[in-house]
Amino acid sequence: MQTPPVYSFHGGIHPPENKTQSLQLPLGHPSLPRELILPLGQHIGQASRPLVEVGTKVKKGEAVAMNNGFLSSFLHAPTSGTISAIETRPIAHPSGLSDLCIILTPDGADEWIELEPLANWKDISKTDVLAFLSEKGIIGMGGAGFPTQVKLQGAHKHTLSHFIINAAECEPYITADDMLIREKTLELVLGIEILQHIVEADNVVIGIEDNKPTAIAALQQLLRERQSSIQVAVVPTKYPSGGEKQLIKLLTDKEVPSGQYPADIGILCQNVGTCIAVYEAIQQGRPLISRFTTLTGDALKAPQNVEVLLGTPIDHLLAYADLQENKLSRLVMGGPMMGFTLDSGNVPVVKTTNCVLAATKKELPAPYPEQACIRCGMCEQACPASLLPQQLLWFSKSQELEKAEHYNLFDCIECGACSYVCPSSIPLVQYYRHTKAEIRDTREAAVKSDIAKQRFEARKARHEAEAAEKEAKRLARQGAAKPAAKKPAKPAPEKADTAAPAPAVDEAAKKAKVDLAIAKAKLKKLEKALLEAQEKEHTEEISALQTQVDEAKKDIVELEKLVASAPAAAPVAKTAAPALSDEAKKAKVDVALASTKLKKAEKQLAEDPDNQELKDKVAGFTADLKAAQETFDKLGGDVKTAPATAKPVLSDEAKKAKVDVALASTKLKKAQKQLAEDPDNAEIKAKVAGFEKDLKEAEARFAKLDSAPTVQAAPAAKPAMSDEYKKAKVDVALASTKLKKLQKQLAEDEQNSELQGKVVEFEKALKDAEARLAALEAPTAASTPSDSSTVVTPAVDEEALRKLKIDSAIAKAAVKKAEKALAKAIELGSEDKDSLEQQVNKAKARAEELEQALQNGGQATTKPAESSDNGADDAEFKERLKKQKVAAALAKAQVNKLKRQLDADPSSECLQQALAVAEQKQQEEEAKLEQLTNTQENR
Amino acid sequence: MMTVLLAIGILVALALVFGAILGYANVRFHVEGDPIVDQIDAILPQTQCGQCGHPGCRPYAEAISNGEAINRCPPGGQATVQALADLLDVEAIPLDGGAEEPVQRVAVIREDECIGCTKCIQACPIDAILGAAKQMHTVISDECTGCDLCVEPCPVNCIDMVEVGVTSRTWSWEKPQGVGVQSAQIIATDRQTEAAQ
Repeated sequence: MQTPPVYSFHGGIHPPENKTQSLQLPLGHPSLPRELILPLGQHIGQASRPLVEVGTKVKKGEAVAMNNGFLSSFLHAPTSGTISAIETRPIAHPSGLSDLCIILTPDGADEWIELEPLANWKDISKTDVLAFLSEKGIIGMGGAGFPTQVKLQGAHKHTLSHFIINAAECEPYITADDMLIREKTLELVLGIEILQHIVEADNVVIGIEDNKPTAIAALQQLLRERQSSIQVAVVPTKYPSGGEKQLIKLLTDKEVPSGQYPADIGILCQNVGTCIAVYEAIQQGRPLISRFTTLTGDALKAPQNVEVLLGTPIDHLLAYADLQENKLSRLVMGGPMMGFTLDSGNVPVVKTTNCVLAATKKELPAPYPEQACIRCGMCEQACPASLLPQQLLWFSKSQELEKAEHYNLFDCIECGACSYVCPSSIPLVQYYRHTKAEIRDTREAAVKSDIAKQRFEARKARHEAEAAEKEAKRLARQGAAKPAAKKPAKPAPEKADTAAPAPAVDEAAKKAKVDLAIAKAKLKKLEKALLEAQEKEHTEEISALQTQVDEAKKDIVELEKLVASAPAAAPVAKTAAPALSDEAKKAKVDVALASTKLKKAEKQLAEDPDNQELKDKVAGFTADLKAAQETFDKLGGDVKTAPATAKPVLSDEAKKAKVDVALASTKLKKAQKQLAEDPDNAEIKAKVAGFEKDLKEAEARFAKLDSAPTVQAAPAAKPAMSDEYKKAKVDVALASTKLKKLQKQLAEDEQNSELQGKVVEFEKALKDAEARLAALEAPTAASTPSDSSTVVTPAVDEEALRKLKIDSAIAKAAVKKAEKALAKAIELGSEDKDSLEQQVNKAKARAEELEQALQNGGQATTKPAESSDNGADDAEFKERLKKQKVAAALAKAQVNKLKRQLDADPSSECLQQALAVAEQKQQEEEAKLEQLTNTQENR
Repeated sequence: MMTVLLAIGILVALALVFGAILGYANVRFHVEGDPIVDQIDAILPQTQCGQCGHPGCRPYAEAISNGEAINRCPPGGQATVQALADLLDVEAIPLDGGAEEPVQRVAVIREDECIGCTKCIQACPIDAILGAAKQMHTVISDECTGCDLCVEPCPVNCIDMVEVGVTSRTWSWEKPQGVGVQSAQIIATDRQTEAAQ
């Protein structure tokens, strides 16, 4: 057996050894205490998980707690007995704090469970051996309490040049390892052999200080006997040669780099106690339930080493070693250099307790007061880790954590050599410990705040995604609701048979267009989000968004195809004029709706200009509006090309116009009411003006439409004329009602000039209507007795009459336009008021002229028209009545349906409007029906 | 005279050259976003508690970069104020509303009293409360930042803010008191008598 070379490490001190006291007596075996306290956290890492409950009876060596995660360990019952409590008790910790402990009350029988040694450890896989060690609760017995299987696993990954058994035991007073080697030499060697089998190192060296001659002799003798390859390296006594890194330096002259483990340079260190525990676990099946501990100090009469059950209270041991209470000044667990003071003796022995020092005041005097650093540099001389303790002190004092870290504070092994040599008695180690803890806290806080930030941002992203989804859904619903709301608004007497395929196609096309607009808006939004995410480097979000964007793009392409295919289908519809006009109306409504929405959104935006969402909305609405306008324009063109001869279409158009008029007037009324409530609101005023304009336009349109078909129809048949007559009557009735209403309003609010103006207007309208009625009545009366033979003559006049009527309507519109311009001019105080007034007068004159001519012409032309056969007339009339009835019923059904929808969703403005329209329509239809019935009765 | 003109000319030329370099650098190395806000945000404790009057830590970071006071973060304590002062090179001012050091707390729901209203879940800025409608809720204490925001919305007041006590695993050595605290024992002879006792 050759003696391995021994090197040296920097620094170190030679404090009084005081090792002889505890070696005077042989190994002691204290009696069973009243209770055993087993803390769940005896090791580095997660605290163990209890396997027992209060009241459970356990046998010696039975597991009472299991590992809780990777870096954790098992815990076993040191003797047989009952679990009396699982509670917090003071533990052996510098803080003096309490922790969760299993309390075992021994039954005195000390009855072992059946032990199952791992006899075939040489044959089974090393992982299984490690797992077995873990189940036996083996941890490093040197002081840190690092779970052995974890350390071995780490070492197993490297090729080891050295396997070092740490038997240095450099700390003063402590002789537990010395006694352990003396008592269990064979077990130690066998344990080393087992570990060597696991780690397969090139060299196995036992590092032992030269102050343990008996142990060295025993070891060397045994190794000679066994002809073992294990070497014994006797190192000179110097504190802290027992430190892992220092011992490695001593035996191999290698330094463990900062921040690395010995395994990284191919070296594994194990304490002698651990080796023996491994042997006992594998060869005898005994878990780690007891250990050797030194009881020493001048306050003890019988200082000695004892083999003590884990969980034995310190008090019990002190009593066993004859403690002289009056002499005791400080009770220290561990050695005088690295140990910590215990507040009381009721704490238990744990797996890492190698010494209990009951010191007198003389032995361990109170630390001297700290004085200023004199920069002597002795600490640097003493530091075994080759650090700069002085620098570290400054940084610790001034809380310069980063600098302290930069000066390798974490390589400090807290051996206390610097404090020991400090002439100013500065508690350097305590400073370092505090700073280390602070750095750790800061790191943990940073990690925690990072996690909190991540979670916060994840939550924010989720909320935004939810909101976006809701918005998209809402838009989609609106897109779906538009056609749904319009379907009911369709004029009931629509020629469904001819138009059926066309609206379906158009509907689809329009829907596709709306979908396309929505999809485009969505894509824009998504792309923006993606850009943002890319800027902020949220990788997860980016990929998610990218997929979304791709999907949206795909959708758009599909939709575009659909839209493109729709116009191809449209020409089919071109032949079916009613469908087209219907379509046009729908488009117009779309335009109106979109523009309304846009206005609303813009208003909101004006109130809240920074709202990005609103901006997006506005953009979306604008897109909608454009699309709708396009559709409308296209359709409008189509309508123009459509054959104008189809009368029902035009009458349909007229009805629609009427509905528009009604709608506009309703809106106007509403706005006026609002204005009455809030007269200063400029917005409402503007709205009122807008509505008035709308109303006028609608009325003009209606008038035009109203006159056009009649003209065309007049020569065809008399019923058309009677229809016209009825219409005129209805107009008169309506106008008079409106007038009455206005007058009532005016009575309430006499100052309202606007109302007055309106009353005048309506009076005029009424007069107009009455005149029209009179004009119609006259020819009707005249034509009744007339002969059918005169049919040929009016053919020429017919054309002229139609022209006249159209001219008249145009003139009327011109008058209105001029009036409006005039009103505006007056409002603005413009100078060309007079010229405008002149224009108005001129237009009025022309209109009147034309009206006159029309009346004359009408009288002349319509005469023969009345001469059609009564029998044919009757049949047609009946059919019309039937149709009207159907129309009325349909309108009623519509209203009911809308009401039901509105009930389900009372907040929908869209539905409310639709309902109003439908109700208006129903009333109209019913009025018409009534009239028709009346006429029938009259006949 | 010529020399003076030459000097001026050279200086102007130099100014132009360096101006061009700087201008190019400004474009070439342009940093998107506001890095100072990120740095401030990194210092803030991310409790998202809103005690500064901003909805979250980042908005406060933005406000600080726009000149708001740096002492509005009670969860961060004086340490955060100090760190912000160092970062922004301004004077560290005492914490707004007293310099009491922040105590780490976590929300704890008294679970038998919880009615499962989910209000606290909606209030929690970091999704640290687990539960569903009409199901008992609980706080994931490891994630809780102790921001207090869940306490207010609880209709049955079943949320307590509990101080996170020091355990043997979180305990740390306290800082030594420093020089001059125990100066009464500084005379060597006093110490010897004491030791002899």
